[in-house]
Amino acid sequence: MSRPRLGTTGLVYVALLAILAAGAALAAARGQELLTTANTVDLLTRSSLLGFVAIGQTLVILCRSLDLSVGYVMALSSVVAATAMAGQPSRIWLGVAAVVVVAALIGLANGLIVTRLGVNAFITTLGMGLIIKGYLDTRYQGPAGEVPAGFQLFGYTRIGVVPLSFAVMAAVAVLAVLFLRRTRTGVHMYAVGGDAEVARMSGVRADRPLLTAHVLCSVTAGLAGLLIASRFGTGSTLVYSSGYELESIAAVVLGGTYLLGGRGGVGGTVAGVLILATLDTVFNVLGVDPFFKDVLRGAIVIAAVALYARRQIDRAATPPRFPRRPGHAAARGGGP
Amino acid sequence: MTATDTPASGAAGALRRAGAALAGGGGGTVFALLVLVFAVIFAINPGFARPPSLLAFAQQAAPLVVLAVGQYLVIVSGELDLSVGSLVGAQVVVAARLIDGQEPMTLPVLALMLAFGAAVGLVNGLVTTVLKVPSIIATLGMMLVLYGAVRLWTGGAPTGALSEAFRVAGRGDAVVLPLIGGVPWAVLIAAAVGAAAVALMRSPYGRTLVAVGDNATAAAFSGARVWRVRTLAFVGSSVLATLAAVLIGGFAGVTAQVGEGLEFSAITAVVLGGVVLGGGRGAVLAAIGGALAVEALFTLFNQLYLPSTIQPTVQGVIIIAAVAYAARERSRRSPRAPAPAGGPEKSPREEV
Amino acid sequence: MRRTRVLLAAGAALSLALTACTTDTPTDGPGEEGRTSPSGDWFDAEEYEAQLAQRDMEPEGPADEPWLQAIDPTYTDTSEYALEGEDREDPTVCFSNASVSNPWRVTGWITMQQQVEVLQESGDIGEFRVSDAADDDNQQISDIQAFVDAGDCDAIIISPSTTATLTPAVEAACESGAPVIVFDRGVNTDCHVTFIHPIGGYAFGADAAEFLVDELEPGSRVLALRILPGVDVLEHRWAAAQQVFGDSELEVIGHEFTEGDGATIKDLVTQHLQRGDVDGIWMDAGDGAVAALEAFEDAGQPYPVISGEDELSFMRKWQEEDLTALAPVYSNFQWRTPVLAASMILDGEEVPEEWVLPQEPITGDDRDDFLERNADMPSLHYAKFGGEDLPGFPEAWQDR
Repeated sequence: MSRPRLGTTGLVYVALLAILAAGAALAAARGQELLTTANTVDLLTRSSLLGFVAIGQTLVILCRSLDLSVGYVMALSSVVAATAMAGQPSRIWLGVAAVVVVAALIGLANGLIVTRLGVNAFITTLGMGLIIKGYLDTRYQGPAGEVPAGFQLFGYTRIGVVPLSFAVMAAVAVLAVLFLRRTRTGVHMYAVGGDAEVARMSGVRADRPLLTAHVLCSVTAGLAGLLIASRFGTGSTLVYSSGYELESIAAVVLGGTYLLGGRGGVGGTVAGVLILATLDTVFNVLGVDPFFKDVLRGAIVIAAVALYARRQIDRAATPPRFPRRPGHAAARGGGP
Repeated sequence: MTATDTPASGAAGALRRAGAALAGGGGGTVFALLVLVFAVIFAINPGFARPPSLLAFAQQAAPLVVLAVGQYLVIVSGELDLSVGSLVGAQVVVAARLIDGQEPMTLPVLALMLAFGAAVGLVNGLVTTVLKVPSIIATLGMMLVLYGAVRLWTGGAPTGALSEAFRVAGRGDAVVLPLIGGVPWAVLIAAAVGAAAVALMRSPYGRTLVAVGDNATAAAFSGARVWRVRTLAFVGSSVLATLAAVLIGGFAGVTAQVGEGLEFSAITAVVLGGVVLGGGRGAVLAAIGGALAVEALFTLFNQLYLPSTIQPTVQGVIIIAAVAYAARERSRRSPRAPAPAGGPEKSPREEV
Repeated sequence: MRRTRVLLAAGAALSLALTACTTDTPTDGPGEEGRTSPSGDWFDAEEYEAQLAQRDMEPEGPADEPWLQAIDPTYTDTSEYALEGEDREDPTVCFSNASVSNPWRVTGWITMQQQVEVLQESGDIGEFRVSDAADDDNQQISDIQAFVDAGDCDAIIISPSTTATLTPAVEAACESGAPVIVFDRGVNTDCHVTFIHPIGGYAFGADAAEFLVDELEPGSRVLALRILPGVDVLEHRWAAAQQVFGDSELEVIGHEFTEGDGATIKDLVTQHLQRGDVDGIWMDAGDGAVAALEAFEDAGQPYPVISGEDELSFMRKWQEEDLTALAPVYSNFQWRTPVLAASMILDGEEVPEEWVLPQEPITGDDRDDFLERNADMPSLHYAKFGGEDLPGFPEAWQDR
């Protein structure tokens, strides 16, 4: 299992390098430089925000679930953080703790509705998103709260060209990788997503990994909300309209994680996030029309995922760790 | 007031059974919900029970009904179509720009829209089935491409205008009946689409579509060409989205935001109708019931003078509760233990 | 193996941290007294009164060029930003745009580009570098940061997407030393050289509400249609309307959020008509005003008294049906002013500290005049776009 996974992740990083090289060449052809300090900082900052969300999204997708409420959790978290901090440096930790608790509770609710009530994750998290949206729109009229200057350092400090927020995101990614490899729950996530029935027969209780994944996903979305609050200096309710839920799913899939669960990992997701951010930076440097950006992004995501899918068909002979029901491989190849 | 209310809520179980019988299983809850919502609306505002109000409701619901039928075809085959909202937007904007208020352009542009819609569905279907891109990603990509391409073409905001003839389907009345009043074209069109869909699902193609959604492998072994069946479902969804665009554009004219978020409304409607994400289960009539229930909820919120900011919250709670209730009913009926991950329902992304 | 690599990477990062720590955040926090509370009630009585008074003031400047006029200006010295000799030739002007995601912004953006072409022709500005944040605050913060880091912007123009959230980024831009010009929505700081805007949201909302109060009998029922909650320019319009309606004898039967979508608007208005008469419609923006009117047509009800915006589809409907209507204006010609201001500042000419542009509603009296001037324009165009004298007129606005 670990070899083919490395293979896909490796491919994603190769794709990232290829896009960087192509972008740099295109920019150079127009007499511009792609990776100036400004652009690199911009690229990495952009990645850190989407990165937090996408790491959590990876966990739920590995469990064969998904989370459409992350954008709303981000918005709520930014408001919770900014109002709890109320501009006072002494209350920074209160704000952070409040966000983690609120986000974890939302994740728990998502997880419980999915596992106990048997509601599909798509509907659960879509509904949860609507619930949060209604609360935000009713309770807050626009930006709320104030973040003390000390906490704004989280969003603006950088180490050389690496923003602090990116370093924190990378650390969270490393933790997530270790969690998936070293802990029982983490390993079980692959099992649950791979094939729930086989997993159950081999003694894995599916509820726990799934529940954990939903809680962790909401918490990482909460971290993204904290970053938003620190960069905006206030909580912003309107963040939910920025489409982070679909973008994070795109990043996860672009990172080589299988949408049906069980295969992939956080390493690839980070690369997927970097690919999306690099594309944005390249488009910015080349001055691509903002609407043309959408067209290109859509086409590139489809093309990349089609490429991965082709590789997966080629590797259909490799026995996965948790074998699927007989015939699935045939069905996958059995289309045309 | 009580007379309308009590039997409706008291007989919810019976209604659900009747609905289930009507919809062929799984969809009973939505009809019970629909009756309940209407009972409350009538209780608040007895005037709403008059034909003109009901027909106006049906006219507003027609585009969502059409979209839900299209989304049903894709969902029951085990896929998902996220591109319908931006396709509706694209089609309305394209129509406005090409027609530009000139009546003779109406028919040619309608034909072009139909071709464009079919092409979009074909691309969605082939990318999903032949290139093996999960449909959620394939149609998400299509959504981005359509959103960007149309705005790129029009410079960000729609231009032009729709012709009067174009607007008849969404806005005009087909006949004026005594006592009842004008019957809108949109209602007749939606009813025709519903009837055609029911007939389709009883045809060999319809049965194969469900079989493919239930178990693509088994269907393939029994001779179904899975890729073709699913691709046709995507084409159906996009063509119906085009029809919905004609209805919406006709109803309200062209605005910059037209179509936004409709994909989620359509999916919600279908799932509310007891159709299982992941495919293979659920009836098209129940999906139509789901669309009517979604629209009825909005009407109810409005009749209750519910502040519009709180409406999403109530909507979210009701959707989750209704689907949870349906899931409970289903697991109670079938002795098989629910599959653990993702609950008794299948994942939204079934094997290709 | 893997763990070692992770540890190594962590160690490297830590040592980097110790050696090369930099911070881009504005060091001294925003001036506390100048900062209005971003949360809670949107109504600011002082600002409200000021805007209502500004409506009656005679603006300074050329009457045929309203985009250069200013109401009650206090001029600020800009000689420190003046470029001399070779530096003044072809200076780079950088523009961070919130988005072009609605017809009003699209119209303004075309006007701005046309104005830029004129200034480039004359050599007053050189490269015009643009970032579009597509309504994403975080993106716009990065865009502004990128301008600052690039270091070669001779002037930075910012059209913020959200007031409160963009404040830190604008402060960072100010600290870069380049003159900063903010227009449309403001920010909670006064570090910029000039802030260009029409009178404002309170005046818009009050114009509309006062018109309804004047035209409708006491006891009439008014429906308010709003785009979105939480956007300050829109909230101000509604806050002002609530003041005016509160002092009147009109009954406000509800306010609905429509996201500017025609189908939603028509749905909502139809439903309100099913429950009772609607005599007046107040809108916080003109998007979809025609759909609202069609709901009355389809229900067989008489047209309401309505306030929309200077968007042409509404104004044409107003003329066709001879409605009792008003088109409040959020002056679209303000998109010309920032680039002109940039050129003035780089010349060291003084500019108003707060550049308040005139904002006059279009009434039944001058409606036909504006419609005639815009006869060839598409329906989602804004009558007071103010670009008639630019060389690209009219093609640039027609072929979008």
